[in-house]
Amino acid sequence: MNFEFSDEQNLLREQAAGFLGDNCPPSAVRAILEGDAPFDADLWKQIAELGWTATTIPEAHGGLGLSYLELCVIAEELGRAVAPVPYSSSVYLATEALLLAGSDAQKEAWLPKLAEGKAIGTFALSEGPGQPSPRALATRSAGGRLTGSKLPVADGDVADFAVVVAGSDAGDGASLHLIPLDGDGVARRTVETLDPTRSHAKLDFDGADAEPLGADGEGWALTQRLLDRAAVLFAWEQVGGSNAALEQAKAYAMERYTFGRPIAGHQAIKHKLANIYVKNTLARSNCYYGAWALSTDASELPVAAATARVAAIQAYYFASKENIQTHGGMGFTWEFDCQFHYRRAKLLSVNIGSEGVWQDRLIAAIENDRAA
Amino acid sequence: MDFSDTPAEAAFRAEARAWLEANQPTEDELSGLDGLEQARLWQKRKFDAGWACIRWPKEYGGRGASAIEQVIWNQEEARTGTTFGVFGIGQGMAAPTLMAWATEEQKLEHLPPLASGEHIWCQLFSEPAGGSDLAALRTNAVKDGDEWVINGQKIWTTGAHFSDYAILVLRTDPNVPKHKGLTYFFLDMKSPGIEVKPIKQISGDSGFNEVYFTDVRVSDAQRLGAVGQGWQVALTTLMNERAAIGAGGGGAGFRQLFDLATRVQIDDRPAIEDRSVRAKLANWYVQEAGLRYTGYRSLTALSRGELPGPENSIGKYVGAAKGQDMASFAMDLLAMSGAITDPEFADAAGLFQDAYMGAPGGRIAGGTDEIMLNILAERVLGLPQDVRVDKGIPFSDVPTGAS
Repeated sequence: MNFEFSDEQNLLREQAAGFLGDNCPPSAVRAILEGDAPFDADLWKQIAELGWTATTIPEAHGGLGLSYLELCVIAEELGRAVAPVPYSSSVYLATEALLLAGSDAQKEAWLPKLAEGKAIGTFALSEGPGQPSPRALATRSAGGRLTGSKLPVADGDVADFAVVVAGSDAGDGASLHLIPLDGDGVARRTVETLDPTRSHAKLDFDGADAEPLGADGEGWALTQRLLDRAAVLFAWEQVGGSNAALEQAKAYAMERYTFGRPIAGHQAIKHKLANIYVKNTLARSNCYYGAWALSTDASELPVAAATARVAAIQAYYFASKENIQTHGGMGFTWEFDCQFHYRRAKLLSVNIGSEGVWQDRLIAAIENDRAA
Repeated sequence: MDFSDTPAEAAFRAEARAWLEANQPTEDELSGLDGLEQARLWQKRKFDAGWACIRWPKEYGGRGASAIEQVIWNQEEARTGTTFGVFGIGQGMAAPTLMAWATEEQKLEHLPPLASGEHIWCQLFSEPAGGSDLAALRTNAVKDGDEWVINGQKIWTTGAHFSDYAILVLRTDPNVPKHKGLTYFFLDMKSPGIEVKPIKQISGDSGFNEVYFTDVRVSDAQRLGAVGQGWQVALTTLMNERAAIGAGGGGAGFRQLFDLATRVQIDDRPAIEDRSVRAKLANWYVQEAGLRYTGYRSLTALSRGELPGPENSIGKYVGAAKGQDMASFAMDLLAMSGAITDPEFADAAGLFQDAYMGAPGGRIAGGTDEIMLNILAERVLGLPQDVRVDKGIPFSDVPTGAS
């Protein structure tokens, strides 16, 4: 047994951390938080040049053909830096959807552009408050045309195409469609969210050109597979963010003095930080298992993904709120960066299904394994 | 990252499994023996075949196996279900301390009977005035020729009533700061002047004891480390204690709770179909899995020659609180029957009720939750130590509640 990343993967981690330290400092995150730009275009260009957008795309489609372990390493570092780029939408969701269900022509049309970062893709599932289900989906397609609204769609205002989940009368009640977002019958507008460092939109389709992605009536099963895979990658981002929040809290606690000594020496603060460390460590270990299951396409993936996601949601929320608490009043000011993690933690805990949904998925996956 | 056994590991697993399957004690062999005798029978059988304490060097009764082989062995032994806890303190804590600090002659004398189960050891550390603040212990030893004379009292000593030997820390100099006046020894529990009194726990069991010392004599040759170096030697023991306690999960884990939730009903449906039940179960599964994979990460580090670090405190801290909460919730699921402990009526032979009554001890033994958090904060995160008003002053001048 070997439960550790390889030396090459750890080297990649160091390079990624160094690159993001130089090119995505807190000031770069703040510029997107406070400005009008939907994302950091310079950073995105450099990320593409480093080949991060090409990581798991096969070489035949212009990618690097690396394993998902490399992608997990990159995800952790992007999460640590709270990077304001459309990476997760384009790589964990759109690229993955094409790899899972795309025809050869669709792959040929989009994967090389995704690999180069010349195209941005996204995934559109939610249609408003509440957890989506096939029966509740109002978006439908007929005769190659799709009609309906999706809200919120991460990076929907900047993406070149979206993979859209629509209701269907066939099979499992859903189908996936690939829709270029610059065509007729597509209207989109930016929607403000809790985390302005990640842009979101409302997409309105009115008879938009829609290519099926995968078979009609298999869209819901494909969506679940896609979400399992994305859950592991998002969990790594969350773990990266949780650790950054802990480091931020620790750094402040070491330099802030009360009652004649650093607050890091008071048990109330020591135990708080130790509890963050405990949750982060358990989440990280669960992410290791998720990374293994994802990289080997193991049958354990549904359990591993749900375990990693639940742990990561809980760890990041806890770390981000207790980081503010450790900072006291300063942590609540706009001027301090604690808000980055508090915002991102909540965004990432609802974006592909919230804690309760994944707790339920975890138990369902365990029930499935027992029945098998 | 790879979960599968290497060819060498697979071969070792097959060998271990074959031996375990061929050598299980039969019901006939075990009948009429008490728990201690059953444990000794199994330990001796393993020892004779070279399967006891397999990581220890062969000359001390082990097999010279690797860390990974130890884990494989533990997995296989747990699979057959034949495990006994009585040797844990001796093999898991006393032995590593002897290996690090005893003379070669002492190791050759004492380690093989520990491995074979012939000798059982206990740990005499805690005192009425020295638990979380272990270095505040007061039981003293005064040098008399080639011997030391011990007077005082220890407490919370697991298995003292059936132990043959003990490791212990004593105050040999009250006139220096507390950590500097301690010395570490081992001694024969049958020495004259030792009196063992069982402590009745809230669970009704009496697993541990008070141990009184009245002019007990121990040879200076049984000192481990230098005079005044006792604290440093004790840290060797404590490091291994947390690894040992953290490893034990007990019988009331996720699997048992999941099974219970499929057996009992809420609103005429299996409890497992209830969303709030599922959420709780998921959280405990996540914790259990997180501890398991944290263990795998430690193991990988160990197999690369790294030393086990203070991060092992996580296992005991999370595991003990989780066990308590799960037992409590299991009893909630049993509803009005939850409180029943009568063996005739209790669900699962009272598994969860026993776990509930035992759990408070788990959160205290081997370092309380609060001590674990201090260890993680100070030794992993590098945060400052607590304010210590006894720092630097002679132990005899330190204020106590009694004075």
